[in-house]
Amino acid sequence: MTEEHAFEHWQLEIDGDEIAWLTLDKAGAPVNTLSVDVIAELDRRLQALSEAPVKGLVIRSAKPNGFIAGADIKEFLEVRDVDEATELMRGCHTVLDRLEAFPYPTVALIHGFCLGGGLELALACRYRIAEDEPATRLGLPEVRLGIHPGFGGTVRLPRLIGPAQAMQLMLTGRSVSARAARRLGLVDYAVPRRQWLRAAREVVLHPPAPHRPGRLQRLANTAAVRPLLAAYLRRSVSRRVDECHYPAPYALIELWNKYADDPRNMLAQEAHSVAELVTGSTAQNLIRVFFLQERLKGLGKAGDFHAEHVHVVGAGVMGGDIAAWCALRGLRVTLQDQSPERLAPAIGRAHDLFRKRLRQPRLVQAAMDRLMPDLEGLGVRHADVVVEAIFENADAKRALYQELEPRMKAGALLATNTSSIPLEELDQALAQPGRLVGLHFFNPVAKMQLVEIVHGRDTDPSVVAQATRFARQIDRLPLPVKSTPGFLVNRILMPYLLEAVLLESEGVPPELIDRAAVQFGMPMGPIELADTVGLDICLSVAEILAQSLGTTVPQRLRNLVQAGRLGRKSGQGFYPYKKGKPQKARIRREQPPADLQDRLVLALLNEAVACLREGVVENEDFLDGGIVFGTGFAPFRGGPIHYIRSEGPEALRARLEALARAHGERFTPDAGWEAL
Amino acid sequence: MAEQKSRAKAKLRPVYVVDGSRTPFLKAKGQPGPFSAADLAVGAGRPLLARQPFGPDAFDEVILGCVMPGPDEANIARVVALRLGCGKKVPAWTVQRNCASGMQALDCAWYHIATGRSELVLAGGTEAMSRAPVLWDLDMVAWLGQWNAAKTLGQRLKALGRLRPGHLKPVIGLLRGLTDPVVGLSMGQTAENLAWRFGIDRQAMDEFALRSHQRLARAQDEGWLEEIETLYDGAGHFYDRDDGLRRDTTLEKLGRLKPVFDRPFGQVTAGNSAQVTDGAALLILASEEAVTRHDLSVLGCIEDCQWAGVDPAEMGLGPVHAVAQLLKRQRLAMDRVDYWEINEAFAAQVLAVLAAWADKDYCREELGRRTPLGEIDPERLNVDGGGISLGHPVGASGARIVLHLLHVLRRNQARRGIATLCIGGGQGGAMLVTRDKD
Repeated sequence: MTEEHAFEHWQLEIDGDEIAWLTLDKAGAPVNTLSVDVIAELDRRLQALSEAPVKGLVIRSAKPNGFIAGADIKEFLEVRDVDEATELMRGCHTVLDRLEAFPYPTVALIHGFCLGGGLELALACRYRIAEDEPATRLGLPEVRLGIHPGFGGTVRLPRLIGPAQAMQLMLTGRSVSARAARRLGLVDYAVPRRQWLRAAREVVLHPPAPHRPGRLQRLANTAAVRPLLAAYLRRSVSRRVDECHYPAPYALIELWNKYADDPRNMLAQEAHSVAELVTGSTAQNLIRVFFLQERLKGLGKAGDFHAEHVHVVGAGVMGGDIAAWCALRGLRVTLQDQSPERLAPAIGRAHDLFRKRLRQPRLVQAAMDRLMPDLEGLGVRHADVVVEAIFENADAKRALYQELEPRMKAGALLATNTSSIPLEELDQALAQPGRLVGLHFFNPVAKMQLVEIVHGRDTDPSVVAQATRFARQIDRLPLPVKSTPGFLVNRILMPYLLEAVLLESEGVPPELIDRAAVQFGMPMGPIELADTVGLDICLSVAEILAQSLGTTVPQRLRNLVQAGRLGRKSGQGFYPYKKGKPQKARIRREQPPADLQDRLVLALLNEAVACLREGVVENEDFLDGGIVFGTGFAPFRGGPIHYIRSEGPEALRARLEALARAHGERFTPDAGWEAL
Repeated sequence: MAEQKSRAKAKLRPVYVVDGSRTPFLKAKGQPGPFSAADLAVGAGRPLLARQPFGPDAFDEVILGCVMPGPDEANIARVVALRLGCGKKVPAWTVQRNCASGMQALDCAWYHIATGRSELVLAGGTEAMSRAPVLWDLDMVAWLGQWNAAKTLGQRLKALGRLRPGHLKPVIGLLRGLTDPVVGLSMGQTAENLAWRFGIDRQAMDEFALRSHQRLARAQDEGWLEEIETLYDGAGHFYDRDDGLRRDTTLEKLGRLKPVFDRPFGQVTAGNSAQVTDGAALLILASEEAVTRHDLSVLGCIEDCQWAGVDPAEMGLGPVHAVAQLLKRQRLAMDRVDYWEINEAFAAQVLAVLAAWADKDYCREELGRRTPLGEIDPERLNVDGGGISLGHPVGASGARIVLHLLHVLRRNQARRGIATLCIGGGQGGAMLVTRDKD
């Protein structure tokens, strides 16, 4: 072939059975994505193939990690104009339409991840075959980036598997395993690797009838039923997200409801809808957050530290859940505490986690086998990482380190999960102070991705690098932070929580306070968050921070803790709890104070600016990522510093000054505002 | 070990027990217990291996006794070895000699090390009697085969018509397992045979049972059961002691229980029989080389093991013969043995064994001895209770009594002990262990 040099991404091979094997191996990239040039090259390949004398076409990936991870999101950040974006989508539609119209069988042969645009390409094939392995994941996660599928997925997926399931997949953005995809009809076969090539060949040579959804599912796609299902879907989406914060799911439901009868028009509308979304601020900020996440993930690449055994001391909520998480991620774990009474509940919680995440009894059993309760601390000398998660008392921690250090393997990592004690107060107890590092997890461990990697004055940089790598090994997001009181996340969260407590003691109903925060885009209001974390823990962190930052701790918080109202865990905090659910009063007519939202949000932003000025984290992207992943701070706003920049630092600073005049010095803008 | 050895033994290498552990024994409570047999062995083995200076892949083999593994536990030793992280390269096999399966595993491990085939072996036994399978009988299995072969509606209806209510009666695996298939007697009935033959009355049986509970209670209070490793289940519960113990039992309460095997006139009751229980016990056996290489501390030494056969209808007398042969080969008198563990299958059975050893006629006729073997001081027998108070998970007991005997020897700075048990089907096994004084 003379023009072979013109192809750098798609390799073509036609075998003796006259089957064309088109393999994507995106040049210079570890992962296949559908960038503009990859799509353009695919188009040239398809044009040539559509007239070639072949019996069928198999599309696959040469990358070991998966089929295609999706569109090239970087390109989304570059388009700013709706027309340009529409054109991009339409161009891709043309290529996939060509693939769909092929006169002979086409098969997408899928392994690893097959997400977003990758799955949409597979949907344009007549058949899909997936490798039946845990690594295989199929899904359309676009909604998580503030958009919806734009390469024809909104048209083809409902047609293939029926609208109910299709909308579920697209609205939640969740991915499914090969077997689940098989049950949905999303793939035609889920086969073990050993049958993979045989299956593709067999399907091309003896094509079965393509998959069709059931009669009921087809009925749900008719004009008469769609409005009903659409209304139901809108209602269930509105329970999770607000349309003005997250327009994409609403746009997706509307698109399907209006145009599902006319696929050609629907494709055009899909392109237009995505173009509108992708140029909006929600998508742009969510894409920013996605890249922040990728950046934090990229931190753990240096070095070759690899843990096989983790020893956790302290089987409380944090210690127990850290141990369970590590076992879930495949490590051998020993969990030490002083009595079976303290260990047993942690093992019970671990079992629940394994059952929920692993499902198959065989895998649950293996995870349980990896997690050993350890009354005597037998695991210390085997461990590559020792995590201390006992109660927040510097003396007790120091005494424990002195006992642990001589028994640990040389080169094993010693980490503390302290949430507020500076490392400098702890590491002097060690023969090698440089080996102590903070691994600060957040509650609940299985849900909160962020782990603060805390380094003290003396912490050895190579130890920080190892801790960072370890965080990646267990699939958490590492955020290197300086050992200052409260580190980053608690420090920034605390003024916001305390302001909420103050507002409550001024007589503002907690329901109103929480609503104001949720309307800003927080996943949960500050009062409910304080109850969830535990008021005793809030108080102890607040007191430690008060010492170093000179803030005051509201008396109301002390009173509640003294009265034994500790929040959700004691059944009574700011709210009463029934079965772990807060019993909130209906908000009737009470008008919130006009500056309610400002008092909450600006308290947080002001502290964020202070942290940036003090260099608690390396740069503002890390700060934004840390706060989004550590607190759930409105992701569609792109993080606190990004939010300040988009709102205008001058305006926000003026509002802070007004608050300082009205409510006191705590709102005095930090010196760091000058630099923004 | 400067003892006189028989010529056969002279070629054998010494075999050391370096460590061991067991689960608490958990009484079956009328439904499947929280742990499968493999779970139990893993629960006992994990902490045992974690405290060793060598890795779990250092074993030459893993040998486990188990009478009734679950349907997912074929060759349960291999399942356990893999779950313990011994790795694919460590072979593992399962042995079955009914109630002595755990001791059989130790015997096999001992022999392999003594003859130089292995250096380091993990051996023991496990049993989840509460999870014994419930089966269909052969008629039902045959019917199921017809049903599966039926293709048309007519054939199916015809097959359905052949189904009889009797087909649906389940076969309780545990009851079948505890019934001798040759002589047709349940294990309890063989104990009634012994009571009859040696004139053991209900009072003696109940007194023996009471003492078993009292001794276990004392051992728990004194912390003498250090070989127990706490188990944790997925529901957030933990199990740290043998839960069959009845601290409140009295002779009067035991006396009120009705016979369960020979109703209504028999004497063997649930109170003076071993409990149906789940549990596992594991030991690490090592050659001298392995002890040196890994710098292991030594709990004791396995010196010898002997098996014997008796009438299945009097299976409880197995220890009488096994011990007699063992002592003869070792040229030991009974009083040279410091401590004894005789597995308490039934109070009547242990008492019959003691009676037989002291009985001139029995010793002459059955053992071919001119004089009786002798008597055992009750203070040196089952000093911390036994099957009646803590249960008898059939596959595990043989390993448990050897392990516990070594602990008793250590506690009392004693030298020599014999662990022995009777075996359903009419056999006995006995193992001689020694310990150098600290």
